[in-house]
Amino acid sequence: MEIEVVAFGIAKDIIKGKQVSISLSDNFTVGEARKKLSEQYPDFSKLTSLRFAVNADYVQDDYVLNPKDEVVLIPPVSGG
Amino acid sequence: MLSKEELIRYNRQIILPDFGIEGQEKLKNSSVLVIGAGGLGAPNLLYLTAAGVGRIGIIDFDEVNLSNLHRQVLFDSNEIGEQKANAASRRLTQLNTEVDIEVFNEPITSANALETIGKFDLVVDGSDNLPTRYLVNDACYFLKKTLIYGAIFRFEGQVSVFNYRGGPNYRDVFPTPPPPDMVPSCSEGGVLGVLPGIIGSMQCNEAIKVITGIGTPLSGKLLLFDALDMSTRTLNIKSSEDNPLSGSNPTVKELIDYETFCAGVDKPDLATKEISVVDLKELMSKKTIHILDVREDYEYDIANIGGQLIPLNQVVERQSEIPRDREVVVMCKAGGRSQSAIDILENEGFDNLINLKGGILAWQKEIDSTLEVY
Repeated sequence: MEIEVVAFGIAKDIIKGKQVSISLSDNFTVGEARKKLSEQYPDFSKLTSLRFAVNADYVQDDYVLNPKDEVVLIPPVSGG
Repeated sequence: MLSKEELIRYNRQIILPDFGIEGQEKLKNSSVLVIGAGGLGAPNLLYLTAAGVGRIGIIDFDEVNLSNLHRQVLFDSNEIGEQKANAASRRLTQLNTEVDIEVFNEPITSANALETIGKFDLVVDGSDNLPTRYLVNDACYFLKKTLIYGAIFRFEGQVSVFNYRGGPNYRDVFPTPPPPDMVPSCSEGGVLGVLPGIIGSMQCNEAIKVITGIGTPLSGKLLLFDALDMSTRTLNIKSSEDNPLSGSNPTVKELIDYETFCAGVDKPDLATKEISVVDLKELMSKKTIHILDVREDYEYDIANIGGQLIPLNQVVERQSEIPRDREVVVMCKAGGRSQSAIDILENEGFDNLINLKGGILAWQKEIDSTLEVY
């Protein structure tokens, strides 16, 4: 299945844009998607504190993704 | 009781449905501490003062500098070099003499946070670094104070209300800090001047709502805003069982050393060598050190320490110009880009590179204050 990924903050720099779609096997979890993203974009392995939301909710790594889900990548932001 | 002058000054919000004289009196009887009189601090301080909050605390150790003025609209060009909290206090008193302004010309630390925050009802975080954000979050949790969170990066911002009536806090959103070089500050990553105006105003709106009890505060939610496409997303966040502060098995029971916490004990590249500006200066007095400066040309023109200039995006193609047979100290503005340059060049086989901690900003602060800051 294809999953839309939307990036914020420094995650935009890593995927070189705001949005990217990644193909995953069915029943992939967020944790597996995180691994897949790190393979495709090695800098994600360094951004250990990156959080994931699916549609409008913060989720943990065991969340199972559905084909129409939109994954939002939220890195910490420090500026003030 | 509000005076006749107050009834006139605040008339346009007193006549609002659900706000009324009661709302205005709640503001007058409240106290708010604003952490950092910077980009986010400016609109918060201005609007809290204008709205008639009774007592406002400003904590900031820094001075006004020229590169602040495109976004920190609380200050003017004549105030460069002055303590920010003092300059802010003067401006705010001119705006509204009814408001009692309390100034703290110091950094907020684990040693003074509980005492300082303890004096106020509500806290607005306008700080510019992760150690302070974790510190303020934890202190507010221990003191049961609501924290109005805002943070900015380039064209984007985040807003939330933490610890509101037992609601989620910052550690539910970001349980652990990232490696230090992965999250650029405004001085390293840049920021659109108007952005903190937008995000800070949203924070102030939440502060006024929490104090007066109108509307629904942004508790249990994280708002993400992108100024480039004017999109906002509001994500639902929950209190996590695993939260080391407020979860079911807390491990953080008092304030800790947040600099160490955010410096990351399990940093991926343990091999990376670093040098402080003081040690570099000492080394330079004994022998010639090759310094590679990976900032942009215009930055180098503002201030440099005589290093070889190769901007970060040219280091790969111009690597033959960089010596491999002796130690090379790599520097940038604050230490982030130089670390990226080292990572890139190590992939090209370099093993002689040392990162200058804190970059030219640290050099300016600790070695040569005549350099221009930008």
